[in-house]
Amino acid sequence: MSKKFKTQHEHDAYVAEKKKNKTIWGVIMASSLGTLIEWYDFYIFGSLAVVLATKFFPADNPTAAFLSTLATFAAGFVVRPFGALFFGRLGDIIGRKYTFLVTLLIMGFSTFLIGCVPSFETIGYFAPVLVLILRLLQGLALGGEYGGAATYVAEYSQPHRRGYWTSWIQTTATAGLFISLIVILVTKTSLTPEEFDSWGWRIPFWISILMVGVSYVIRRNMKESPLFAQAKREGKTSTNPLKESFGNKLNFKFVLLALFGAVMGQGVIWYTGQFYAMSFMQKVMNIDSAQVDSMMALALFLGTPLFILFGWLSDKVGRKPIMMIGMLLAIIAYRPIYKTMYTSVKMEEKVLAKNGLEEKRTVKAHDKIATDSVITFHTEKIFTDGTLLKRDSIVHWAAAGPVITNGKAEAPLVRESITVNPDTRWLLIFLVFVQVLFVTMVYGPIAAFLVEMFPIRIRYTSMSLPYHIGNGIFGGLLPAVATYLVTSGKDAGHPEWYLQGLWYPIIVAAVCLVIGTLYLKTKNKSLAEDQQ
Amino acid sequence: MDSVKKILGIVWLLLALVVAYYGLTVFGIPKVMSDKQEDNVFGWIILVILVPIIVGGLAIFGWYSFKGEYSDDKI
Repeated sequence: MSKKFKTQHEHDAYVAEKKKNKTIWGVIMASSLGTLIEWYDFYIFGSLAVVLATKFFPADNPTAAFLSTLATFAAGFVVRPFGALFFGRLGDIIGRKYTFLVTLLIMGFSTFLIGCVPSFETIGYFAPVLVLILRLLQGLALGGEYGGAATYVAEYSQPHRRGYWTSWIQTTATAGLFISLIVILVTKTSLTPEEFDSWGWRIPFWISILMVGVSYVIRRNMKESPLFAQAKREGKTSTNPLKESFGNKLNFKFVLLALFGAVMGQGVIWYTGQFYAMSFMQKVMNIDSAQVDSMMALALFLGTPLFILFGWLSDKVGRKPIMMIGMLLAIIAYRPIYKTMYTSVKMEEKVLAKNGLEEKRTVKAHDKIATDSVITFHTEKIFTDGTLLKRDSIVHWAAAGPVITNGKAEAPLVRESITVNPDTRWLLIFLVFVQVLFVTMVYGPIAAFLVEMFPIRIRYTSMSLPYHIGNGIFGGLLPAVATYLVTSGKDAGHPEWYLQGLWYPIIVAAVCLVIGTLYLKTKNKSLAEDQQ
Repeated sequence: MDSVKKILGIVWLLLALVVAYYGLTVFGIPKVMSDKQEDNVFGWIILVILVPIIVGGLAIFGWYSFKGEYSDDKI
């Protein structure tokens, strides 16, 4: 049924609005798809770190191990903020569209090429050096991508829907992580472990080039952001965005306010909900890594639409209240959430099943060293609640009998993993989902918030740096600081040692909450150009 | 509110000092001295990049706050 209009003016307004909406969806698709691919590319390196280490960075080789460490830390801490400055400057001088086309191509080709580099065994030191260079290029591209995509979409959006439209960009980081987990899971299950280890791990890297190709074609056909194009026509763009952004106190104080009043807290909440939760389940709770991956994937899948909800809500009630409430809830809830997670798989309270299959012990490996034997036993225990415990342990058997170490014939555990029962699994999914909820509250509105803080001539540069410092540095430090706190708590015999790592995100988010609440304006700022 | 922000400026300056102390003595220097290569590299990154950015940024933020740069009429 066609819509009826009372006047020609009403009809024209309707057609114009429809055209605008069509354009904005095209803009969102082009921007989000590219950003999603960049996150995917960035995460598969991390997700496949264990395999990559064996192929490119053998642990017994100190130089390769050194390059591996550089690849791990430098890409996040050093190169991302540098990429934000480099590409931010370009984006403010030559335009948003061309800059984020370049970042997309750099990311895509770097990722594809990582999947093509021959192993350390084949080309020696060239392998880790090439992978390191490509990983640094990935970090550089990521640093330039996000600010460009967020700015581009925001400059197309109507002021009263900016939170909603930009929230689509905000879904991409979580969706990128989700897709990387799924692609790796599908590849692993489609191949035998030997095939995956031999060449299958390269597939997730190769897939990137297909996605980048599609995204490039879509992005290439987009026009430059209308506000930037207008500013350029009128000669209002900056010639030195770095100097204007950081050398000018009037703007620099807003860069600092964005960092300490919003992005710092958002960064630690993001990392806690999406990465610390995963590493906590794997390393502290010893849950089987495939089960952790599947639980994380489901929680992320369920939580992702909430980015859109909170982006939309931020247009109605303001960006600040949503972000600050998200931070407050996270600060209050983290310790109870993690305590519940930890106690849900307390093995000492579980009872072995009595069906004759409660304990199964097999020899997993039997290695001969001269006249000695090293036997790896694989033990599986089933408990009444359905929990399965798998444990590998070693016995060193010499000619005279088992070698006794510290009064025991069997060496301490080599590896232990727990497969939780369905009830616990759903409880853990729910608890991770709650953390993702906090992530969506602080992260959903932040693109619109950052864009509205800075003027068009230096927007790309000014918003990119605090974003990547907040996420790359404050968020990126989380694993190291949390591990230090957990280890210290354990060594000191603290009864709740497993919760000590949470003090880092809690304190950082609390400082950010105080600054954000007192210093930020509650009402959404409008872009200077909105009034034109 | 402006006077609260000024007082908080001093708090942020002090916090920057605390972060500098912990960044150097607990994380940076012990890691640089560590025999483990991974710790060693990370220690240098903490000392040369992370601590200066965090401490410097927080100190400037505190100073601006103390000087009234974030008073209601200026933001």
